[in-house]
Amino acid sequence: MKECMVRLIYCEMLGYESSFGYIHAIKLAQQGNLLEKRVGYLAVSLFLHENHELLLLLVNTVVKDLQSTNLVEVCMALTVVSQIFPREMIPAVLPLIEDKLQHSKEIIRRKAVQALYKFYLIAPNQVQHIHDKFRKALCDRDAGVMAASLHIYLQMIKENSSGYKDLTGSFVTILKQVVGGKLSADFNYHSVPAPWLQIQLLRILGLLGKDDPRTSELMYDVLDESLRRAEINHNITYAILFECVQTIYTIYPKSELLEKAAKCIGKFVLSPKINLKYLGLKALTYVIQQDPSLALQHQMTIIECLDHPDPIIKRETLELLYRITNGQNVTVIVQKMLDYLKEGQEEYAIISLVGKIAELAENAPNNEWFIQTMNAVFSVGGDVVHSDIPNNFLRLLAEGFDDEKEDHQLRMYAVQSYLALLEEEDKLYPQKFLQVMSWVLGEYFSLVTDVDPEDILTKLHSLLKKTFVTSETKAWIMAAVTKIASHTSCSKTVDELIQELSSSLDTCLRQYAFELKYLCEDKALMKSLLPFDASCSDLVVDASLSFLDGFVAEGLGHGAAPYKPHHQRQEEKLSQQKALNFEPYGLSFTSSVSSSGVTGRQSPTGLSFGSDISGNSAETGHKETNTLKLEGVRKLWGKEGYLPKKENKIGKENEQETVPCESLLAGEVGEPPALQPDQGASLSEEDKEKQQLASTLFIGLGSSAGVSLMGKADTATQKFKRKSKINEAQQLNEEALDFQNSAASDFGPLLDTVPINVEDSEGSMHTRLRKASPCSSDIVEDNLAFETPQSVRKSVLDHRISANRLSQSSLFADSNIEIFQPSSSAQCESASEAPLVPSLPEELEELPHSEVVRLCQSDALALHLCKVWTDDSLLLIVFVSNETTSALHAVNLVFEETEHFQILESATLQFPVIEAQSVEHCQKCVRMNKVCTKAILPGSVSYQSEMEIRLEFSVTLSLMDFIRPMEMTTEDFGKLWLSLSNDVKQNIKMSSCQDSFPAALDTLQQKLKLHRVDVIGNEGILACQLLPSVPCLLHCRTHSGMLALWFRSPSAALPDGLLYQCQKVMEESSEQQCLP
Amino acid sequence: MIKAILIFNNHGKPRLSKFYQRYSEDTQQQIIRETFHLVSKRDENVCNFLEGGLLIGGSDNKLIYRHYATLYFVFCVDSSESELGILDLIQVFVETLDKCFENVCELDLIFHVDKVHNILAEMVMGGMVLETNMNEIVTQIDAQNKLEKSETFIFQSPRQAGRQRLV
Repeated sequence: MKECMVRLIYCEMLGYESSFGYIHAIKLAQQGNLLEKRVGYLAVSLFLHENHELLLLLVNTVVKDLQSTNLVEVCMALTVVSQIFPREMIPAVLPLIEDKLQHSKEIIRRKAVQALYKFYLIAPNQVQHIHDKFRKALCDRDAGVMAASLHIYLQMIKENSSGYKDLTGSFVTILKQVVGGKLSADFNYHSVPAPWLQIQLLRILGLLGKDDPRTSELMYDVLDESLRRAEINHNITYAILFECVQTIYTIYPKSELLEKAAKCIGKFVLSPKINLKYLGLKALTYVIQQDPSLALQHQMTIIECLDHPDPIIKRETLELLYRITNGQNVTVIVQKMLDYLKEGQEEYAIISLVGKIAELAENAPNNEWFIQTMNAVFSVGGDVVHSDIPNNFLRLLAEGFDDEKEDHQLRMYAVQSYLALLEEEDKLYPQKFLQVMSWVLGEYFSLVTDVDPEDILTKLHSLLKKTFVTSETKAWIMAAVTKIASHTSCSKTVDELIQELSSSLDTCLRQYAFELKYLCEDKALMKSLLPFDASCSDLVVDASLSFLDGFVAEGLGHGAAPYKPHHQRQEEKLSQQKALNFEPYGLSFTSSVSSSGVTGRQSPTGLSFGSDISGNSAETGHKETNTLKLEGVRKLWGKEGYLPKKENKIGKENEQETVPCESLLAGEVGEPPALQPDQGASLSEEDKEKQQLASTLFIGLGSSAGVSLMGKADTATQKFKRKSKINEAQQLNEEALDFQNSAASDFGPLLDTVPINVEDSEGSMHTRLRKASPCSSDIVEDNLAFETPQSVRKSVLDHRISANRLSQSSLFADSNIEIFQPSSSAQCESASEAPLVPSLPEELEELPHSEVVRLCQSDALALHLCKVWTDDSLLLIVFVSNETTSALHAVNLVFEETEHFQILESATLQFPVIEAQSVEHCQKCVRMNKVCTKAILPGSVSYQSEMEIRLEFSVTLSLMDFIRPMEMTTEDFGKLWLSLSNDVKQNIKMSSCQDSFPAALDTLQQKLKLHRVDVIGNEGILACQLLPSVPCLLHCRTHSGMLALWFRSPSAALPDGLLYQCQKVMEESSEQQCLP
Repeated sequence: MIKAILIFNNHGKPRLSKFYQRYSEDTQQQIIRETFHLVSKRDENVCNFLEGGLLIGGSDNKLIYRHYATLYFVFCVDSSESELGILDLIQVFVETLDKCFENVCELDLIFHVDKVHNILAEMVMGGMVLETNMNEIVTQIDAQNKLEKSETFIFQSPRQAGRQRLV
């Protein structure tokens, strides 16, 4: 059996199907003797993965082996645990592994630590309570165990560096001992003491010392020593040196160390060994933002690397150049990148590089160059380019800049260049490039006066006939043809084309042909439908389809079945399958429905009830016999129902459209400055060339002009400011808010907290581009996504009614959570204290929010943050205050997307200018993508003073920021409970002074924002949701001093996270209550 | 962390593959092929680092490889590992194999897959470097081998044919 298993492993590796043997691997691990067991375990760890169903069969074996007295068995079990283990079964082995931390053999201790690390990775909450033991492992007498524990610490510090600052001293001491050679010689590798350990420690120190002068202070000595000691010429010492350099540049800077580190980088870059050169370039790339002069020192080496035979080195060099690109050297650098692209690379390399070029090209010095570069990007990048690139490019063309003339020129040039490209008959262009061409030709063909539109039409026509053109591209081309046709009197080509395509097999094309045909017959309609150059004007879409209300009501009146949204149908199906329906059927079904339809139709306010009702009436009929009652209605339109989905889409829409508008350099740059003659004279021809290249590449970098080779930099580049679309949008947005506020005041008395979702209104009011591709499904989506202001208002109204009705459960009504309640006196105080303390805008002031905290600050600028918890989102309000006496320009705020969080709309924000002594604010809506108890959202703000200055900051967001109560009835709870699969159970001990069940429930409800659905005796059910709409249900029960919690949710990680919060809250409250 | 460890020969035949992150079986095979494709076309005198392909996770991941006679040893790691450190780890791994098999060659890897995996498990556990001390690893392996001898008959391999030294 053992031999078979070994062979099966081999087969599996070669890619043959071997799943039939998995079960035998488990059996072997279970029943075999020691040797067979080992092969069995090995096979299991190679074959199965964490979620494999067979893995559960292994749990018992592992538990048995962990308790064995045979060391080898314990070792094997620990190895397999650290490799794969089902997450739900961790509690079964956790105590056993904890015991192993005290084992007398160091190898066992080490493996136990490693296994706990694995647990920490997959379920951090379950090992929360043994953090003390990690500390013990860090102080273990065996260096190997200590080294293993560093893995855990590296991970934990990466997630939350502030929590472990107190350990800095210990890490420094350990590193000192290692560097000083205090470890036994066993750990030496090529006479370097424990190099891997050093690398690990240096990384940890780098993370701890980041932006923290006090902690960094502790490390300076030991870093200096490490640099000094690492002198032997061996690979591994270079590895340590590299880590040192990186750490030195990461922590709070100290000039002496920086100098030494810079020297080290020099050593790397100049090294003949290619690996070191690579790392040198990498280090340069890392430090270049802090210290551009370093690049100047090594410019000749960098130039050499550009021509290096190894493509990896070249790519790293380009990456470096990408970081130092500015308005003056952009042409040269982009040229280099294009050259590299043309050498034919791997697909992923092309994708990333093309993205970079497109980004850089927006800094174009002039129009011709910009268009040409983009042409090159599209033709080289082909169809692998990210779809953002053509979209951004077209947006840039369409929106233009402040200068009309400049715009005109740019567009004209684009049209001319595309016409020239299309001249070449048989050339193949990538689809995306063709799409861009046809859009531009369609929009702006008339700018070019010396070309007959007929010519363009002929060219497009010939393109349509080509076989390599996909049908999507053909749709783009047809759109262009339609646009051109609308501005020419009847054309032969168009007629021909219509005739040809009317019998096309492609239904999409055929439809276009017919449309075109009818439009051609009615020129007036065509003109009004396709106005010239209106790609930026607004389109108003009635997304609620209110004009169909009459039709719907009529249909319902005739007894048609009301429309049920998809999720409702699904739910009903489920509930029918799983439980008997004890509710009586509705009696006056049709009458209620028809009356509701009529109400909607006649509603004078213009709120489009009708279409909404058509969705709701199903519920109304289903539940009880009642005529239109709003209670019945609103159940469906609760927070997790239809509305959030729409909002989602709107969010996406925004994201697409408010992609950061970067100001474009469109000024002309003078010719690359000439070399100073005395420098050039003594050099050989080749060197001269290189130097010239260098001077063009590094132009504009040097604050220290002495180092740079170039003569005088022409810094007078003219910036064309982009028309501030953002402002417009904001204005619109404010209007929308006003509108909502007025709506709110109508219903003012109904409740105290009003959730106003700004995203809604922004989405609905947003100006948007006219889509050029008529066949794309986007348009349908748009229709859905765009809500008219009325329906927004309706949603507000819904919320109100619901909140009023269920006042007991209204969001924060009965909460003790730390909410900064705005009081007018506090405001006055803060206002009088300092002029620049930001305060929330009025419309947000009423919502529950945190205190305004300072994120980061420099001499000129301060950043403050406030969290606002609205009903359906977490808003981060960022205040940027200019503390200088002059205006700040080009302030750019960027949030980095992490795996945990997603920023709706775009993650960047630009303020073209912030006036002196004033505060600007902006808001971002954040979603939690991956559940975690606490994580950091990093970001940075940059602004232009004499040079570009960048400040980094981070915002800590916890799970609780994203949890909201979820209102539901007991029946709904029951249905939902059955349909959810992920569950977690845990018993929590209740302290003697909080043993009353209601008290415990109150704690949970208040601290965790759970909605109390029902309480019967010593059992209670609660519900909450993770925004936007992931429900989590909790069933809790007390028995003999224990509180049994049972969570269920569609998300796997959510119950864990909540459980952890529950434990924390219960502990806290018991501490509070037990204290006298 | 180390995402995967691959060993394949000059023709791209896999000799050992160990993934520390979950990929489906098909993806695993694709990764091996893609990696071989990337690594095999590189010259001898270029650097040992490569940016990972599309499958294994794009630019955050690095391939670090060494070429010994007929075999490529490739470690795929993310940005939290030191490149040079891993490069030396490969050296340690190969030297350990050499000690355990006495002049290791490709055939040893074929006929003793389990042994190689065991050695690897001593060095790297769950994607983390656990032990870098060669003597320690060899001691552990010897202890296990002793156990093997005491329990069963050693599997005879035709490894005498066509030996080629790696180190």
